[in-house]
Amino acid sequence: MPSSEAVEPRFRAGDRVAVRAAYPPGHVRTPFYIRGKTGVVERLCGDFANPEELAYARSGLPRRPLYRVRFRQTDVWPDYRGADSDTVDIEIYQHWLEPVP
Amino acid sequence: MTVDRHEHVASPSRDHEESHRHPPRPDLDDTLTYHRAMEVALRELLIEKGVFTADEIRRQVEDMDNRTPAQGARVVAKAWVDPGYRSLLLSDGGAACVAAGLDRGLYKLVVVENTPDTHNVIVCTLCSCYPRWLLGLPPDWYKSRAYRSRMVREPRAVLREFGTEIPDDVTVRVHDSTADMRYLVLPQRPAGTEGWDEDRLAQLVTRDAMIGVSLPLRP
Repeated sequence: MPSSEAVEPRFRAGDRVAVRAAYPPGHVRTPFYIRGKTGVVERLCGDFANPEELAYARSGLPRRPLYRVRFRQTDVWPDYRGADSDTVDIEIYQHWLEPVP
Repeated sequence: MTVDRHEHVASPSRDHEESHRHPPRPDLDDTLTYHRAMEVALRELLIEKGVFTADEIRRQVEDMDNRTPAQGARVVAKAWVDPGYRSLLLSDGGAACVAAGLDRGLYKLVVVENTPDTHNVIVCTLCSCYPRWLLGLPPDWYKSRAYRSRMVREPRAVLREFGTEIPDDVTVRVHDSTADMRYLVLPQRPAGTEGWDEDRLAQLVTRDAMIGVSLPLRP
């Protein structure tokens, strides 16, 4: 895959990121419950054709970096019942993530 | 004598007959919805055009139905006895599948390891993503809205309903399989299995232990 077909990754494992609080229509792979939440990049999974485009028979190019982002459950659900250390890890595409200083 | 329509059989007791009446089964046991009609039409067209044959479709369905959690159990048991294989499984799940003589799978495999401090569990909140080449078809509950919505929201309560109590000092990590990864839990090897070989260990590794809603069987 030529590099021009893939977007460069802008985050690394350990970076703090926020999920965009956006609500576009279509085949979106970012669950509603995690939009607007802040977590930490667990790993870069590689780059993949954008499923939001593939769903409509487009090429999905350029390929987009996909990350596993780890969120503390107590940050996701204000009334979470369980240990403070409990987490949820979610795969999120780069175009859904913003850097958090 | 086999009786399949109780309501038409003379009974010595009318009371018994009244209390034992079964509703008749409808002649059609399936419904042809819009999307099913679309699938039938598309499949028949593709067969007619010679893209594939009916037998090839049947074989694919048969292959899919033949995959079972035994594949996943083999991988887990191998990781329990071979530290080098365990490292490979955790760093490159696909390569580890190939090394065990299994399919690589169409998706990247992420293996998450249970430890004394951490319990992992898998869910797909958006649909029903599942490592089918290692576990076969997902159970119905895995695809239910209740499991999908509750496992991220109150994992400890859901685990308790599965009979799995996770102590408060153990971290519960939920993995929401939302995109291009597929997940397998590597459970902890049960105590009391020292010296067991892979085949014997694999008998303890259940489907639910590899999803993370349960623990492996005890020896």
